[in-house]
Amino acid sequence: MSYSYKLSYLKQLEAESIYIMREAVAQFEKPVLLFSGGKDSIVMAHLARKAFWPAKLPFPMLHVDTGHNFPETIEFRDYLVNKIGARLIVRTVQDSIDQGLAEEEKGPNPSRNGLQTVTLLSAIEEFKFDVAFGGARRDEEKARAKERFFSHRDEFSQWDPKNQRPELWHLYNGRKNPGEHFRVFPLSNWTELDIWQYIAEEELELPSIYFSHQREIVNRQGVLLAKSEFITLLKGEQYEEKTIRFRTVGDMSCTGAVESPASNLEDIIAEVAAARVTERAARADDQRSEAAMEDRKKQGYF
Amino acid sequence: MEIKEQKREADLLRFITCGSVDDGKSTLIGRLLYDTKTIFEDQLQNIERTSQQRGEEYVNLALLTDGLRAEREQGITIDVAYRYFATPTRKFIMADTPGHIQYTRNMVTGASTANLAIVLVDARKGVIEQTCRHTFIASLLKIDHIILCVNKMDLVGFSEEVFNKIKADFETFISRLDIADVSYIPVSALQGDNIVNRSESMPWYEGPTLLYTLENVHLGSDLNLVDARFPVQYVSRPQTTEYHDFRGYAGRVEGGVFKPGDEVMVLPSGFTSKISAIETFDGPVAEAFPPMSVTITLNDEIDISRGDMIVKPNNQPQTSQDIELMICWMHEKPLVKGKKYIIRHTTREAKCLVKDIRYKMNINTLHKIEDDLNIGLNDIARIVIRSTVPLFFDDYRRNAATGSLILIDEFTNETLAAGIIL
Repeated sequence: MSYSYKLSYLKQLEAESIYIMREAVAQFEKPVLLFSGGKDSIVMAHLARKAFWPAKLPFPMLHVDTGHNFPETIEFRDYLVNKIGARLIVRTVQDSIDQGLAEEEKGPNPSRNGLQTVTLLSAIEEFKFDVAFGGARRDEEKARAKERFFSHRDEFSQWDPKNQRPELWHLYNGRKNPGEHFRVFPLSNWTELDIWQYIAEEELELPSIYFSHQREIVNRQGVLLAKSEFITLLKGEQYEEKTIRFRTVGDMSCTGAVESPASNLEDIIAEVAAARVTERAARADDQRSEAAMEDRKKQGYF
Repeated sequence: MEIKEQKREADLLRFITCGSVDDGKSTLIGRLLYDTKTIFEDQLQNIERTSQQRGEEYVNLALLTDGLRAEREQGITIDVAYRYFATPTRKFIMADTPGHIQYTRNMVTGASTANLAIVLVDARKGVIEQTCRHTFIASLLKIDHIILCVNKMDLVGFSEEVFNKIKADFETFISRLDIADVSYIPVSALQGDNIVNRSESMPWYEGPTLLYTLENVHLGSDLNLVDARFPVQYVSRPQTTEYHDFRGYAGRVEGGVFKPGDEVMVLPSGFTSKISAIETFDGPVAEAFPPMSVTITLNDEIDISRGDMIVKPNNQPQTSQDIELMICWMHEKPLVKGKKYIIRHTTREAKCLVKDIRYKMNINTLHKIEDDLNIGLNDIARIVIRSTVPLFFDDYRRNAATGSLILIDEFTNETLAAGIIL
């Protein structure tokens, strides 16, 4: 092969993400990286290390903990934070509820997904963060497809999708007034498949729940929910054991599994390439209404 | 891993779709996604359900890209929606940009990072003001490839005569613009004619389909490999035991090729030094070229900060405080001659004064308007600014990264204009 000055597609994406992270750190004073322990935030942490090497991450990581996590995710989170020598801040939805800032949903399947916004915003205020890195991708969801790399939030942390700043070339305007902050999304142009291919190429470690395993699940309106203390069986429902894995990792109360034998990265990449439904189809939180994501984002959600 | 290898070889095309409102842009994108089997079942079910609820006759593919509630309610596109798809030959990032004149600024946003523009016209209406406006902006932003899609051919009886008339009108308009490559395709996005599959209703059209054109358009390198330009983004001083004396300049190569040992000059100081290493997390590299993000270390300790630029002594950018620009104005508040604005250019931020407004463009006739210099939302004008500090720049046509800037309101911090350095 003759040598040409051409970066592979993944390397182009990587270079873009690194550029954006550096730009945010240069333009803001108190950045924070939102970290859930899911694959996208693992890629984010990796890109952040690349962006600032040989220095350590110039910002802490923040986990907004709903208390409804998969134990494997939390275990992995602590392992990774320790391994890369990052500083981790954990703020819990339970604290927000106890402080009377948020209220638990009623019903058989209370989700704390929306409540995360309250906890996130309190944490941003507590630490005076002026920019929060998120791992959201535009290919995930139609409201996210409209998101800028540098996304402005007003003093109430609201997103105004009808009136976003034009974002030209790669000139990012992070100027803001007191009390306002930004969300920065370095993975905007990545697709689910890109993430998996990058994980394989960079040999990144992942929580075990992404790989095929046996688990007791209940099928609730097509969403396969894992057995846990957060799920109450409805009339006529029962647990059954299946070979499953998770394509996306959120709360146990709303993240659905997919039946899959894919137990290594190669199989997962083949599965994702051939998938006929989006990864968020298995998320009960997005199935609530057509504009569920847009509505949550306007309020200040990730 | 076969898939991985395949993807790595595939190249990338970024394109936009533009045209007037109701020309069927969102439907065209929906059709591209649908016929390339990029639409997922749950997405399709969602829009089928919504279309049914709204009492629409067929599945409304526009609902795929109109992601905001207000967009679906009004049936228009307000902001750019980005979509991703791939065929075995290419990966595509497409930006569906708004057709409403009110949202032209969002079209400019999408166009600033595109290599190709699909301009849609409604076969019943032909070339109209928005067609001209979008095509002009595309040429101003140096988009080298334009595909004129004459849509809704089904509504004009798939008439070759109608198509040829529109083609001739468009040719007349663009003869005065600088566009390298234009193709013309008659389509029906609604029925899928000539999008992915060849039309059976238009045997007179012998050219390629839209997808074939997208897959095969020749992408010469958009990247300038001649003029070495490295705007310093961030100074890396780890101050750890291991890297106690490390001082690196992080940034992205915006032009040319840098190698260890190269003699370089730092602007604005003019000091020279040699590159000692080009560092990355994965180890030092033998050369850095666009769009790599790297960290450069130099042999000498020189005072360098964000906004400075590392170049080669024998190939320097222009350095000046007085700059001639074409601007696309993007705010309801008009441009004010004599007012100060904030400029962001590469990694540099400065203030500037608008010294002169030379003329405003009449988009339809491409004439210069010199007797009305009120520059408001969506106007395109030529202006002169004077910046508080020198900028290091190239002509936009030579290097879009060092030839572009934005103007920002110093009080509200909103982005007001896109500037193209002449």
